[in-house]
Amino acid sequence: MNLPVSRTADTGWPAASRAVTLGSVDGPHDLGGRMDFGAVRVDPREPVFRARWEAAAMVLVSAASARAPNYTLSSFRYAVERMDPVHYLGSPYYEHWLTAAATTAVETGLLSREQLEKRAGGPFPLAHPPRVHGVENPGTGAARFTAGDRVRVRRWHPLGHTRCPGYLRGHVGTVLRRHGAVSLPDVEVHAPRRVRETVYTVRFDAGEVWGDRQTGVRLNADLWDSYLETP
Amino acid sequence: MTTGHHHGTPPAPVERRAAALEELLAEQGLVSPEYIDAVQQAYETQLGPMHGARVVARAWVDPAYREHLLANGTRAVHELGIQGPEIEHLTVVANGPEVHHVVVCTLCSCYPWAVLGLPPNWYKDPPYRARMVREPRTLLAEMGCPLHESVEIQVWDSSAESRYLVLPERPPGTEGLSEAELAALVTRDSMVGVAVP
Repeated sequence: MNLPVSRTADTGWPAASRAVTLGSVDGPHDLGGRMDFGAVRVDPREPVFRARWEAAAMVLVSAASARAPNYTLSSFRYAVERMDPVHYLGSPYYEHWLTAAATTAVETGLLSREQLEKRAGGPFPLAHPPRVHGVENPGTGAARFTAGDRVRVRRWHPLGHTRCPGYLRGHVGTVLRRHGAVSLPDVEVHAPRRVRETVYTVRFDAGEVWGDRQTGVRLNADLWDSYLETP
Repeated sequence: MTTGHHHGTPPAPVERRAAALEELLAEQGLVSPEYIDAVQQAYETQLGPMHGARVVARAWVDPAYREHLLANGTRAVHELGIQGPEIEHLTVVANGPEVHHVVVCTLCSCYPWAVLGLPPNWYKDPPYRARMVREPRTLLAEMGCPLHESVEIQVWDSSAESRYLVLPERPPGTEGLSEAELAALVTRDSMVGVAVP
């Protein structure tokens, strides 16, 4: 089977030289704990793809990034995360993929937005440009903790890409398991270099995280070394 | 739509936008309609929860395999001939009488494709991603999986490259069933942790 999403293609975002901060809030994708989205709507008869365009969107991510330098799975995620919040929350899942693909095609000079809109016969919303150029979290490249250690998640709000969920920031948990060293997404999206550092599964008590009365609920998340500090 | 410079003008229909991008990339030789059709068919026919169900059934009948699966999910799954994307770092977590596991991806849609197929829309949409870490006991009950308050809930947020598969408990009264019959009882939702078989 020839699967379209390359996890290893190392192709590139425009090289960044200086950190420029243009915004102040985290992306719309970081959904853990946000309330009032309502019930989970399950369609037991849902097909794998509801229409051909959904499968096309999936393939187009690979096609649009085929010649992009320094492009990784993280670059794709970052393009989705830069979608306008109203667009992100109001559109079906594969529209995120389509928007990321088109954004990549335009940002890497493959196509122009005008070409896309002329062909589509109307506006073609893209993701917002990056709010930061340069690496905000240079990483530790380390493995500072071991199973059983108490750790606190750094309280921070990076403007660029990160995989540190907002709802855990500032909270203390226990390292459950130490994984191997993995390329830090915070660096690889924003620079051609790679910083590999240890990822841990960290366990938190939900009642502590949310400050409510729920008991017997543990939250486990996989966090890179540089997301953590000694409490 | 607020994205971009077209205030007040609705975007072109999503099918038209997808077709536009497909055509323009095809003109550059980067994709073909036939390739898209082939990928679509591959995802529709070759991937799916039947692979995960086979893993679960084997673990139910073979204690040594179960132990191996819990210790090294990726290797144990590969040993059943199951290959494919998104299981390079597979962790399998086992339900028991006093603990229930459930999987979510609050940041996007991470999911073990090779054993479960592509994720359903409810897994990728905001309500599930938002609520499963905030009020899992309430949400599980709402989704048809009520748990006694004494049962501990372990939520796994797939925030890095590990992917998670829940090994549900073998249902009572299935002692006489074959491995294939057991596999037929294993649902996708029970391997995500929002149901029990």
